[in-house]
Amino acid sequence: MPLPTGNVIGLMVDNLKKRKTVFPISRRKAIKWAEELDIPEGGETVIYTGSMYQLLPYMVAAVKNMGLIEDSFLGKFVGVGRFFNRMFNVSAFIARPSRTNVKRYRRIICNIAMLLKQAGVEFGYLYKKELYAGALAYDLGVDDAFRIQAQRVYNLLKEHGVRTVITIDPHTTNMLRSVYPTIIDGYDIEVKSYLEVLAASNGLQPLHSVEKEITVHDSCVYSRYESVIEEPRQLLRRAGYTVKEPKDNRDLTHCCGGPIESLFPKMAHQIGGKRVQQLKNAKGQGVATMCPMCMATLKEASDGELEIDDISSYLVKAFCEVEEKPKRNESSENKHIKP
Amino acid sequence: MVTAMAKVNLDFKKKVTTSGEFNATACMDCGVCTAVCPMEIDLLPRKLFRYTLLGLEDKVLEHQQVIYQCLLCKMCEVNCTADVHIAENVRFLRSYISKEIFKL
Repeated sequence: MPLPTGNVIGLMVDNLKKRKTVFPISRRKAIKWAEELDIPEGGETVIYTGSMYQLLPYMVAAVKNMGLIEDSFLGKFVGVGRFFNRMFNVSAFIARPSRTNVKRYRRIICNIAMLLKQAGVEFGYLYKKELYAGALAYDLGVDDAFRIQAQRVYNLLKEHGVRTVITIDPHTTNMLRSVYPTIIDGYDIEVKSYLEVLAASNGLQPLHSVEKEITVHDSCVYSRYESVIEEPRQLLRRAGYTVKEPKDNRDLTHCCGGPIESLFPKMAHQIGGKRVQQLKNAKGQGVATMCPMCMATLKEASDGELEIDDISSYLVKAFCEVEEKPKRNESSENKHIKP
Repeated sequence: MVTAMAKVNLDFKKKVTTSGEFNATACMDCGVCTAVCPMEIDLLPRKLFRYTLLGLEDKVLEHQQVIYQCLLCKMCEVNCTADVHIAENVRFLRSYISKEIFKL
């Protein structure tokens, strides 16, 4: 039996209204990636994470648990969970991520910031004040809650004198660049994806030789909503990689299935499986994604048969001096942390 | 065999036509959207849009689950020969359900 749509959406919307994010995550943990990077607070140009990469480990954990109850009698009790979630943070128990995933996604944001620095881009960060952009509420059609959140984000940017925002994921880019101007009068924030910023920069030159064939998985939102298609390819080539293309690519890319994961986890997994097959057939040595949701869904569907990583992880190996850290014991995959 | 007659909900029809967000009148029912859908959803978007334009709220709500199964990936939209804003139409239906049914 499918999950009760109204209650699952309601639970996320309640979180957005009360806790300003769809999944519970402490602000302290959301900004941990920036430790030791010495990024100034605020400024006219800021990196805007929208907490998408930080939220993903929590979403992965929640989806796993939702998938377990999708066909069981427990699905009927989502409404009860929603009732108590308004008073206590019940969703925090549904979404307890693995340490490995938290560190993996944190590392990606860190890599993106390092790439921007390496390219000579000057930017600040809003740290604990930064807010989730509301993409999930928008996609699910919860317009009232979305409008409130969009206005909160805009007010925040204006209060801090921000004029240009550098986004790091396609969903936040789409919200801030294409959706907010349609609902906020006088919206005047310039929004660029970090991929666009890096591609336009002459300051980024390879420091290390990387010889590898990388298959590009275009995100639907970047390619069909925001026309970010050439930039990732250009950057991979500049880094020294050979770009491989899957059957469905560029503006005709195949969705990873991620957008329906919160409501239909099993179906999302099937769509991801179809895409993984196309990516395998491209016969690259690795797959580059540029959206945290794509990465999580495809990783899950590939079951370790493909090397799938965020594009920034490939780029940083060529463009930055990165310290190799010893790999953690695999058993840590199953250790969970509190949100 | 007697089948129940489809019921037009004028209030629903009015909300659809006055919203300014739903527009599928250009749809020629060519079926390209169905052919390219990664979800292989037969209903979306052409049949569903017909129900909506006709004001058949019951028929639309009967397929509520399918409306949320859409990935909003726009594969159909970039291939649409009539330039229908399919994803925005689906989002409008979700918005209607969120407000009128789920009371969110």
